[in-house]
Amino acid sequence: MEKRVLVIEDEPNISEALRFILTRDGWRVDVSADGLTAMGAMQSDPPDLLILDLMLPGVSGFDILKTLRGQAMTRDLPVLMLTAKGQSADRDEAERLGVTRFMTKPFANADVIATVRELAGP
Amino acid sequence: MARSALTGTRIRARRNLRGLRQAELAREVGVSPSYLNLIEHNRRKVGAELLGALAQALGVSADALVEDGDSRLVESARAAALRSDATVEELERIDEFTGRFPGWAKVLAETQARVERLERVVEHLNDRMTHDPYLGEALHEIISAVTSVQSTATILGDAQQIEPEWQARFHNNIVQDSARLAEGAVALVNYLDAGKNDETGLAAPQEEVEYWLASKDFHLPELETGPADLEALLVGQVELSSEASRQLARQWLDRFRADAVALPLEPLRVALQELGAAPDQLADRFQVPFDQVLRRLALLPPKVMAQASLPAPGLVICDNSGTLVFRRGLEGFALPRFGGACPLWPLYQSLQRPYMRLRMPVMTAGRLGRRFLTYAYASAQTEMGFGMPNVLHATMLILPTDAVPDAGAEPLSVGASCRTCAQLDCAARREPSILVTAG
Repeated sequence: MEKRVLVIEDEPNISEALRFILTRDGWRVDVSADGLTAMGAMQSDPPDLLILDLMLPGVSGFDILKTLRGQAMTRDLPVLMLTAKGQSADRDEAERLGVTRFMTKPFANADVIATVRELAGP
Repeated sequence: MARSALTGTRIRARRNLRGLRQAELAREVGVSPSYLNLIEHNRRKVGAELLGALAQALGVSADALVEDGDSRLVESARAAALRSDATVEELERIDEFTGRFPGWAKVLAETQARVERLERVVEHLNDRMTHDPYLGEALHEIISAVTSVQSTATILGDAQQIEPEWQARFHNNIVQDSARLAEGAVALVNYLDAGKNDETGLAAPQEEVEYWLASKDFHLPELETGPADLEALLVGQVELSSEASRQLARQWLDRFRADAVALPLEPLRVALQELGAAPDQLADRFQVPFDQVLRRLALLPPKVMAQASLPAPGLVICDNSGTLVFRRGLEGFALPRFGGACPLWPLYQSLQRPYMRLRMPVMTAGRLGRRFLTYAYASAQTEMGFGMPNVLHATMLILPTDAVPDAGAEPLSVGASCRTCAQLDCAARREPSILVTAG
């Protein structure tokens, strides 16, 4: 059964590119621009890996990560945080909250694919 | 006049300038050469009478031998020396240097002061670059567009076959993102250009006071422990470089001290833990004006706020004209540095309804809008008599909504100032936003 990657990203063109490259690499990809809704859905059906943008409208990637780490179903979910904010303070905060990998934008497609394979591969 | 430690050095320098031997000068003023030697090496203090005699013999005023500014010159020279990793031997000769070459010491002191001023400006600008919400959002937009273009272009450039439908879609995305990139870059350049004449330093006394308070996390522990000596708090505060800024700081400290007396720290801490961020209930419990609670909450020790699970709040105060007379910014809620703020702020609504407590959720305009809860209240500062307008001060406390989960009603969309606001079709707009000049 193919593994599922959830992308929470509010930039539709970035989501589309991510969906395309990961689908072509054999992953089932779901995309959401709304962190709150996606968080609710993850509690009943967590993906195999979450690609999470940091700066989202309404609720931030940090808030989502913090909530996920506080809940049994998603405590160990691999989370790849993609962000335009590459400052060390943001990286430190993400690590403090339990991010699995932190990657700054702009990213290379090949790096994203390699990281997804590493974190959620067989 | 205060006698400085350098008087002896000056006497020796003046004597040498006049070509007098120590014994000659000693004889002229009626002391032994060995005693004068001790004085010249700053090992004996000089009495007023002897100082007068020495000054007369050397043909200078007594002031010239004493000079009040000595200690400041020494301190500046020491600071410059320490900055340059001077050796201990050189540091020990600072008194001698400033005494023998007061002119050069003054040049060094002025240079040192200038370096410190410039460092503060650099720190201020750096702070602004890091925390300016508009800059942050504009750069985020650009990086997002670049990310999308790069990722999509890589897909199109791949050797693998792409279906024509996907190909067309990705081409379209690149066109969109390129336009967004160009627009964002032009808006950013406009923004930086518009600000470049402003950014020569800390522009006004008000800014110096705010910068000074910010350097103290907007909290002065001395105000919590009874009657504080305000003058003592202002001594040696390099951020307050002008008399105007010190005077302004005095006014604010006076007000903050009264706030601390009306809302003592310990009972307030207990009430905060019990009631949370509820300024109305705090005002009722302590029987104080609502705006006093708002000010007090904005200047509490960060530790007390943290204990009540409250983040650092923002605070703005304006007068009848709408001019912001006090600003404490917070992340995500931009406060304009110059000119008027957003006319939709609850702060200004409270000016229209003095003595009415306002509680209004707001959301900052823009794609990455953030929610805050505001409390606002206006009251008279001065009542000027029959037929004269009262001088009002409106106060607005700004709290991130994660500090108050029941923020309630639909938030009002607000900006910082029209110039940098993303709400382009706002009915309250008074000037075009620079964000549309990219067109």
